[in-house]
Order: sequence, then C-alpha cells, then structure tokens
Amino acid sequence: MLRRSRDSANLMASGRLLSVMGLLWGCLFFLAVLGGCQPGKSSLNPPLVIAGSTSVQPFAEKLAEIYMQRNPQVRLDVQGGGSSAGIYAVSHGACDLAAASRELVAAERHLVEIPIALDGIAVIVHPSNPLRSMRLEDLRAVFAGRITNWKGLGLPPRPMDLITREEGSGTREAFEHLVMGQEEITPAALVQDSNGAVREIVAGDPQALGYISAGLVDHRVKALAIDGIAPTRANIKNRTYRLVRRFLLVARAAPAGPAKDFVDFVLSVQGQSLLEAEGLVGVVE
Amino acid sequence: MRLDPRLTQILAKTLLWALTGFTLLILLFIIVDISVKGLPQVTPLFLFQNPQDLGRAGGIFSTIIASAYITGLAILIASPLGVGTAIYLTEYTREGWATRIIRFGAECLAGVPSIILGLFGFVLFVMKLGLGWSVLSGGLTLAIMVLPIIIRTSEEAIKSVPRDYRTACYSLGMSQWQTITRIVLPSALPGITTGIMLSVGRSLGETAVTLFTVGAALRTPTTLFDSGRTMAVHFYILAREGISMPNAYGTAAILMISILLINLTAYTLMQRLMKRYS
Amino acid sequence: MARGKFIERVLFFLALSSISSLALITFFIFLEGLPLILHTGLTDFIASSHWAPTKGHFGILAMIVSSILVTLGAIVLGVPLGLSCAIVLAEFSPERLKRILKPTLELLAGIPSVVYGFLGVIWLVPLIRDYLGGPGLSLLAGSLILGIMILPTVISISIDALTAVPDTYREGSIALGATQWQTVRRVILPAASSGIITAIILGMGRAIGETMATIMVAGNALKLPASILDPVRTLTSNIALELGYAAGRHREALFATGIVLFVIIMVLNFSATLLTRRK
Repeated sequence: MLRRSRDSANLMASGRLLSVMGLLWGCLFFLAVLGGCQPGKSSLNPPLVIAGSTSVQPFAEKLAEIYMQRNPQVRLDVQGGGSSAGIYAVSHGACDLAAASRELVAAERHLVEIPIALDGIAVIVHPSNPLRSMRLEDLRAVFAGRITNWKGLGLPPRPMDLITREEGSGTREAFEHLVMGQEEITPAALVQDSNGAVREIVAGDPQALGYISAGLVDHRVKALAIDGIAPTRANIKNRTYRLVRRFLLVARAAPAGPAKDFVDFVLSVQGQSLLEAEGLVGVVE
Repeated sequence: MRLDPRLTQILAKTLLWALTGFTLLILLFIIVDISVKGLPQVTPLFLFQNPQDLGRAGGIFSTIIASAYITGLAILIASPLGVGTAIYLTEYTREGWATRIIRFGAECLAGVPSIILGLFGFVLFVMKLGLGWSVLSGGLTLAIMVLPIIIRTSEEAIKSVPRDYRTACYSLGMSQWQTITRIVLPSALPGITTGIMLSVGRSLGETAVTLFTVGAALRTPTTLFDSGRTMAVHFYILAREGISMPNAYGTAAILMISILLINLTAYTLMQRLMKRYS
Repeated sequence: MARGKFIERVLFFLALSSISSLALITFFIFLEGLPLILHTGLTDFIASSHWAPTKGHFGILAMIVSSILVTLGAIVLGVPLGLSCAIVLAEFSPERLKRILKPTLELLAGIPSVVYGFLGVIWLVPLIRDYLGGPGLSLLAGSLILGIMILPTVISISIDALTAVPDTYREGSIALGATQWQTVRRVILPAASSGIITAIILGMGRAIGETMATIMVAGNALKLPASILDPVRTLTSNIALELGYAAGRHREALFATGIVLFVIIMVLNFSATLLTRRK
C-alpha cells in the first residue's frame, strides 16, 4: 500500500515539475509573441541605431518616435552613452549614426558631421534666487572654486551648492571649452549624470547653481543672463549669447538608405519645428 | 549607582521594542508612500500602453515585457546550472576539497556587487562577444547574479529530503539518477521553486546590471538581440530626471508590489516546506 | 553504469559553473583594469585624490575614503537598529508575533535599491538640507539610506546567530537568578558574538557594493569630505557615473576602480566565511 501511494505521489510530483516548467516556457513564449504583436513592428529589418550624447538623446528619441509613427516598417533605437562613446561607436561601425553635443576633434574630422540644431547652455538657479545675470569671469571663478559663497556675487552670505555634469559628458566638455578655458572645474562640485538630474536638484535647492541644456529649462528653474545676454532663442540663433553649441549627427560616410531618410526628416520643416517646439534652435531656415 | 536589574530590564526592553517599532515604521512608510502615490496611476491603460513622449505620457508596457523577457531568460539559464550544482554537491560527492571549492565559488559570487557584474557583462557580452546591448547580454549576466541563490536554496531543499526515501529506492533497485529525478527532485520542488522565486524578485529590482548590459531603449524588445528598458531602469530614469513624478510612482508601485508578492509567496512556500519535514 | 558515470560528469560540469563564472569575472575585471594600474602606478592610483580622467589624472583616494566613511556610517546607524530587532525577535517575542514580524522585516530586502534612493532624494535630502545645512546630498544621506538597506542582512544573520545559542545557556542563567535582559546582555550576546560580527561584516559588504542609491543621494563630488554634510562619491558611483561615457584609458581606470572594489569586498567576505568556519 505504501508503494502505491508513493507511486501516485511521484506521478503527481513529476507532473507538477513538468507543468511548472511548461508554464514558465508558456508565459515567456506568450509574452514574446505579445511583445512582437506591437503594431507596425516587423522583425525583419534590423533597427537603425543612434547612439551618443545624452543631451541630444531626448530630442532624438522624440524625433524617432514621430518618425516611426510615420514609417511603421522602420525601427529606430536611440541609446545614450555620451558624445565620445557615440562617435567611437559610429567610427567602428557599431551604430549607424552618432549624436554629439560637442564639436569633432582633429582625430575625428574624417567623419561626416550633420548639424541638426543649436543648443544653448543655460546657467540655472532656483526660482527664488534674486540673481538675474552673471559675468562670464564670475562664472569661471565660481566653477573653478574661487567663489564658494553667494556673498561673492553680491547676495546675502550662504554657501553655494555647485552642480556639474560628469567627466565625459558632452555638455560638460562644451561648458569647459566655452567657460573654463584652461581651468579645471572644482572637485567640490556635486556631480549628476544627466541634464534632467541637474535641473531636479537646482529646482529643489535655493542655494544651487548648475548648467543644463537651454532646451530643458522650464518653470522650475531660472536661467541667468550671461554678461547681460539672456539665453533666448533669438540670442542663441545669432550667437550673441556666448554659451552655444551645435548638436550634430555623425556618420562614417555620407548617410544612405534608412539613415539618410531619417536625416532628411530631421532636417525637414517638420523635424526642425519639432526640435524648436522642444526648446532647441533649428539650423535650417 | 547600580540600578535594580528589573528596572534595567524594563528600560532595555522598552528601548529595544521602540527601535524595532521604528524599523517597522520605516518599512511601512516606504510601502505606503509608494503605494498611495503610485497605485492610482496603475490603470489597465498604464499597464498595456507603451511609454510615450519619453515617458511623460503613456504607460509602461514595453518595460514590463522587457523585465519579463530578461528575468525569464536569466532563470532559464540559471536553473539547470544551479539545480545541477546542488544535485552534484548533495548526491554525487562527499564533503571534500571539490565541494568546498564549489561552495566557496558560489559564496563569493553571491558577494560580488552589482556594478562589478554590470562591468563584467558590459565588457564580455556587450563588447567582446559583440552581443551589444541586448536581452541576451542582460539575461546572461543576471543568470550569473542569481546562480548562488538557486544553488543555496536547491541544496537546502534537496538535503532536507529524508534519507529513507533514497534508501527505499535503492533497495527497490532504482539507479541513482532515477532516484533523483523521480523521488528526490519532486520532493524538493517547493524549496527549489522558492529559490527561483527569490531570484525573480532579485532580478526584477536590479538596475545597475541591466543599465549596462541591456541599455535603455524605449521600444519593446522582440528578439534576444534587441535592447530594452526594464521597469527598474525606467523608474530610475523617470525619477532622476524628473520626467514625470506620477509615472515614476506608478512604475515603482508595480515594481515594488510585484517583488513583495513574489517574495511573500516564496516565503510561504518555504514555511510549508519546513512544516512538512519538521 | 556507464550512463550513471556520464550523468555524474555532466553534473560536475554544471557544478563548475559557479566557480568558473567567478573566475571569468575576476579575469576580465583584472584584464581590463590592470594596464591602467601599471601605467599609473599602484601608489599613485590609490594615494592620489586627483581624479580627472580626461586629463590623465587617475587618483581614487577620495573615493576609497568616501566608500569607507559611508559604509562605517551605515554600520553605525544600521547595526544598533538591526541588532535591536534581532534581539527582540529572537528573545522577547512570542512565537506567533515572531512568525509575522520576521517575514515582514525580510520584506525590506525585496525593495529595489532605486526605490530607496528615490525616497531618500524626496524625503531625506530636503530634511538634511533645510535643518542641518549643506546641499542635502551628502555623506549623511548616503549613510542613512545604506543603514536602512543593510537592515535585512544584519537582522536575519543576527537572528540565526542568537537562536543558535543553546537553550541550556538561557536556562542556566535564569536558574542563577538573572533577569532576561541580564541573560541576553551577559550570556547570549557574547555567545553569539562571532555570528553577529559576521552579520556586521556582510552588512558592510552590502553597503560598500551599493551603487544606485548612493548615486542618487550622496552628491558625487570628488573632494574628500570635511564633514558629514559634504557630498561624497563612492567607488561604485564613480564606476556607474562614467562607464557609459568612458573610452580608452578612462575606461581602464574605471575597471581599475572595480578591481579595488572587488578586492575590498572579497576580503570582507573572506573574513566573514573564516569567522563562520571557526564557529
């Protein structure tokens, strides 16, 4: 009698093992199929990969979203990684297009660069901060660590919470190039790894000072004028605002096929007005 | 001045209970804050729609799929390896230098921080093997991460199957492998499942590894080589960049509650298992 | 019989997976990071606090110190709390309460680290900034969050250590007229000390290896902290912040940081295993 009950227990147990495995496989398969049934996603075309600057990324993702809505058979993957990583990847064929928020250096000049927008670097403070404008030399002094208190800028004495981007960020490199010159940014500065994160902190800290892409400034932070010039669209376009950089798409050779179609879209009226709506300044009239 | 020991006991117990209560309050606060602010966001639309406008609008469907895909792959890879290791350690060898090395390996692996695993996955799977940021890279790396969990729980489960079962089988003429597959493993199944569920919970919450092996593409991954964004990564990006607080809370709510439910189920399974054999 | 041998061989092969994964990880981290350490020199790498990788400076002293400080802070804040819970659960609570409380506290382990970091940024950082000063993103914030995160580890291992003390110890002590608390303090805790120290060491390993939460709340500044309200950057945050961007020497430097982290954690885990063996 013992044997019989154990036999049936075994049978049930083996059955359970099999059914658990089967359930797991089934779920996975079901989910994969479900995922594959997203409208317009054909699994035959390899995706077009755009990698690079995190400053360009949100704009590239927005462009990709609209582009894919209009061209359902194309798949676009936008990755971050930073301007340098993207340029490296595209020159080695690891991605189709690179997004860069800085200029190509001498060693990279053999690549094809396609400017797609102008972006200002806005210096931001908390909305309650009474400061309106800063001189470029003061900005450099602050980020070099020579001014660490708001009294150095004529405000009531409070310690300054300085925020910068991480090493390797295109925004930081552009800032260093345009503002710092040969000086290094002080190691006492807080570091965040995206424009959005910098904005979040400045939005919450009345003592904070940071820099982000001008296209990302919203009502939660206040952008300062530099040497009296505010980072408005007009001032960025005619370059009277000093801290301006180009957003580039970089390719190994003149883009062809789906890459070219996307580039054409970005440079078209729709593409450019999309970028303008998001806060950038278009390059095409 | 020496206090009456009964007084010291009252003071000590009050303090300790207060601290325990404080700890429970912290836990409660975390769960309540996320749930209260996040659950209202969780509508069927939220669950079944893809993120739109960089996550400012829309739902989190593609991230749910990505999480399920990557976690499922990790479990599929790690389970045979882990259970096989556990079987080998308990059934086929005696305690010796071989078992000690294997156990040492598993224990050390358990202590490797997630960023190191992310680094490793990045350099080996994404770069050197050329898999790129993909579900495959993430699944392989996460499999290594959960391997020690599965080994540890499976070993305990198999060990707790009574000796009598095995001796009875041998006396009936069954081979070792038959014994294992037909008697031992099925009996140890609740314990092994516990380990698998704990691994699922661990994988779902993992961010550092998936960020560097799978990437953060917003599309739904359809093949093993596609990039994707897990729920944890999506939450991290939404929260850190202030893209959408309500959506961040919603994602966190789903993530946290799924993990808590899975862990709770695993725990009750473990309790039932221990009751059966005690 | 041959089939049995074959199966054994297959299983042995599978069993090697854990040790071979560990070997692979060690191999690759060292492969990628060692060239940089040789290039810069080990002393310069570890003893200099000048980290400017795009300009060729690779000194990680500030980060080593910050990681250690943040971990010590986590221990100072987390161990008393965790040990209290463990003592209450193991010694003072009735069986039914224990059965509810123990899994509840272990639920803390399931909460993802990014959620901790997020709530830290939303609740803890403004509190520190408004009432204590500084930017809020600080060594203190990091220690507090990590202290909470290591609670499940400390609690469960301490409970195991406490319950492993034989009941005869307790009975003997009570028979001699001691109160319950005196028993705990003078008999049980010392007896469980090696287990509790193991819990602390493993908690340290967990804290020093945490990445996402520290990136979100610790501020990531490169300077050595002068006070607990100063922002700090841990070894883990350093790797995660710059890995996506780094190329060439910079990337090697991040792997080299990984080597240092790896060595520290292996030493911690090894000492914990030694302690448990000795018991």
